[in-house]
Amino acid sequence: MLCPPTGVLNRRCVEAAVMTGLALNCHINKKSLFDRKHYFYSDLPAGYQITQQRLPIAANGSLTYGVFMGNKQSRMATKTVRIRQIQLEQDSGKSLHDDLRSQTLIDLNRAGVGLLEVVLEPDLCCGEEAAAVIKELQLILQALGTSQANMAEGQLRVDANISVHHPGEPLGVRTEVKNLNSIRFLAKAIDHEIQRQINELESGGEILNETRSFDCKLGCTVPMRDKEGKQDYRFMPEPNLPPLVLYDSASLPAGTESQQVINIDQIRDALPELPSATRERLVRRYGMLPEHSFTLLNEVGLLQFFQNVMKETRAEPKKVTSWVLNTLLGYLKHHNLAVSESPVTSSALAELLDLLDSKAISSAAAKQVFEELWKGEAKSAAQVVSEKQLELMQDREALEQLCQSTMEGHPQVVTDMKSGNPRAINKLIGLVRKATLNRADPAEIKDILERLSS
Amino acid sequence: MSARALWLAFRSGLGGRQAFSTKGSGRITVEVIEHLERLALVDFGSREAVARLEKAIAFADRLREVDTDGVEPMESVLEDRCLYLRSDNVAEGNCAEELLQNSRQVVEEYFVAPPGNISLPKLGEQESFQHS
Repeated sequence: MLCPPTGVLNRRCVEAAVMTGLALNCHINKKSLFDRKHYFYSDLPAGYQITQQRLPIAANGSLTYGVFMGNKQSRMATKTVRIRQIQLEQDSGKSLHDDLRSQTLIDLNRAGVGLLEVVLEPDLCCGEEAAAVIKELQLILQALGTSQANMAEGQLRVDANISVHHPGEPLGVRTEVKNLNSIRFLAKAIDHEIQRQINELESGGEILNETRSFDCKLGCTVPMRDKEGKQDYRFMPEPNLPPLVLYDSASLPAGTESQQVINIDQIRDALPELPSATRERLVRRYGMLPEHSFTLLNEVGLLQFFQNVMKETRAEPKKVTSWVLNTLLGYLKHHNLAVSESPVTSSALAELLDLLDSKAISSAAAKQVFEELWKGEAKSAAQVVSEKQLELMQDREALEQLCQSTMEGHPQVVTDMKSGNPRAINKLIGLVRKATLNRADPAEIKDILERLSS
Repeated sequence: MSARALWLAFRSGLGGRQAFSTKGSGRITVEVIEHLERLALVDFGSREAVARLEKAIAFADRLREVDTDGVEPMESVLEDRCLYLRSDNVAEGNCAEELLQNSRQVVEEYFVAPPGNISLPKLGEQESFQHS
C-alpha cells in the first residue's frame, strides 16, 4: 500500500521516458529504482526530491547531431554525444526572487509534477556544439510528442557543467551554470564560462566547484546565492515506491492488467520518424545536400512548406529546394518573420515555379514576381506576370530578327566577338535584352548570337 | 511482513554501501557532528546526545557481523510489489485557495518565503550549543 504523501507515478511519464530512451539509443533498464535527494530550499516543501540516482530508467545512449563548419556555414559535420542516463524525477516549485522587498515568492503549481532528466557525458567542447545538441534534442522530443521543448517557457530546462583542462590531463574542477532560457544564451554562457575559467587559471587562480547563473544583461556568469559549496544530498532509497518494472514482448506476464504494464517492444514499434531519419529521407528522395535537410528541419514550419510546394509543382526538387531555402527563407529572415507568417503561400510559390519550369518566364523575371507576391496583395503569380508583362518571348523568329538587327547595328562589337572577346558577346546580349524589354532568356540570346555569327 | 522477508532483511543488511561510516573506535568527530547538524538541521545540543548517536551506530554496526558474500542487497521491502501506475487523467486539484490558507503570508497566488536559505553561522563563529 502506498503512502499517499509520496504521490503516484503517472503511466504517461514512464511511456515518455521509454520513448525518449529508445530515441536516444539507450539501454532501457527493465528494473529501475527511486531515491530521495535531500536538500533545503523554499521551493521544495518536502525537503527532498524523488529521483532515480542509483538505477535510472535508461542509460548509455547517444545523440548524433550536425554542426555547421566554416565561416559561411555551408558544410556540415556529424558528431555524437554520449548519453549517460535518463531518469524520472519530481519537479520542485518555482522561485521568484523579489530583491526589492527582500523576499522570495514561491509558486507550487508544478511541485511534484513528473520530469525527465537527460544527463550527457562531457563530450562537448564549446557553446556551438552544445547549441546544436540541444536543438537536435528539441527536434527529437517534438517528433516524439513528449515535449514541445520550448526553453523560454521552461518546457525544456538546461544546466551546463563546464570545466577546462590541458589535453591529456584529467578533467578540471567544474562549475554548474543555470538560468539558461534560450539556445543563444546557452552557447554564450558556455563560451563565456570557458574563457573565464581559462583566464582565472592562467592568472594563477583556482576554479571553485560552485553553481553560477547566467546574467543575460551583463553577458556573463555570476555566482548564485544559496548554492555555495558541495552539497551532501544524503541519497537514500525511496521507501514508499517499489522498483519500476518494464517488460518486453518476451517477458510480458500473462493475465496482467494492460493499464499496469509497459511493453518496451510495443513502444519501440510505435515510435514516429525521428529527425535524423527525416533528413536522410529528404536527401535520398530529393537529392539535396545534408546541410539543406538540416535547415529545412531547423526552421519551424519550413519542412511542411517545402513538402506542400513539392506536392503542387512540376518543378524539379533541386529548384524547389533552392527557392525555399535561399529566396523564401532569405526574405523571411530579412523581415524577421516565421514561416507561418509568410505572405507568399506554398501554392503561390508552386505556381511561380511551374511558370519558370515551363519557361514561360526567365529566372530574373521569377525573382521580380516573387518580390511582387511578397507584398501580399492576394494576386497569383500568373496575374503578376501578365500585369508586369514579364512573359518570355515565345516567338523564336522574332527574337532571331532582333538579334540580327542588333548585330547589324553594332558591327564593331560583332568583330570583337568574333575575335574571341568574351565581353563583346555579353554586351550584345545586354543590348538584345534591352530591346526585348527583358523578356528574353539570356542563354537563348547567346545561343542565337553565336549561331548567327558563325 | 512475513517471517521469511524479515530474515532476508537481516541477511542483506547494510552491505558495504552505507553512506555514513564511523572513524576509529566509534568516536564521532566534531566536524562530523557539525556537518550533520547543517545537513539535517538537527541540533545535537549536548554530549549525551552525541553519545546516544555513537551507541546507535555501534548497534547498527553489529549487522556487519553477518556474512553477506554473494547475497544480493535488498533495495526495498516492497520489492515483490508492483509500482502502481495511474492513468494520465486529472482527478483532483483546483484547490489553490485552500492550500494558500496554509501560509501566514501570501502575495497573489504565491507563498512568501525569506530571500534565500539563511546560512548557519560558520564553524568557529557560532556560540556553543551546550543546552541541557
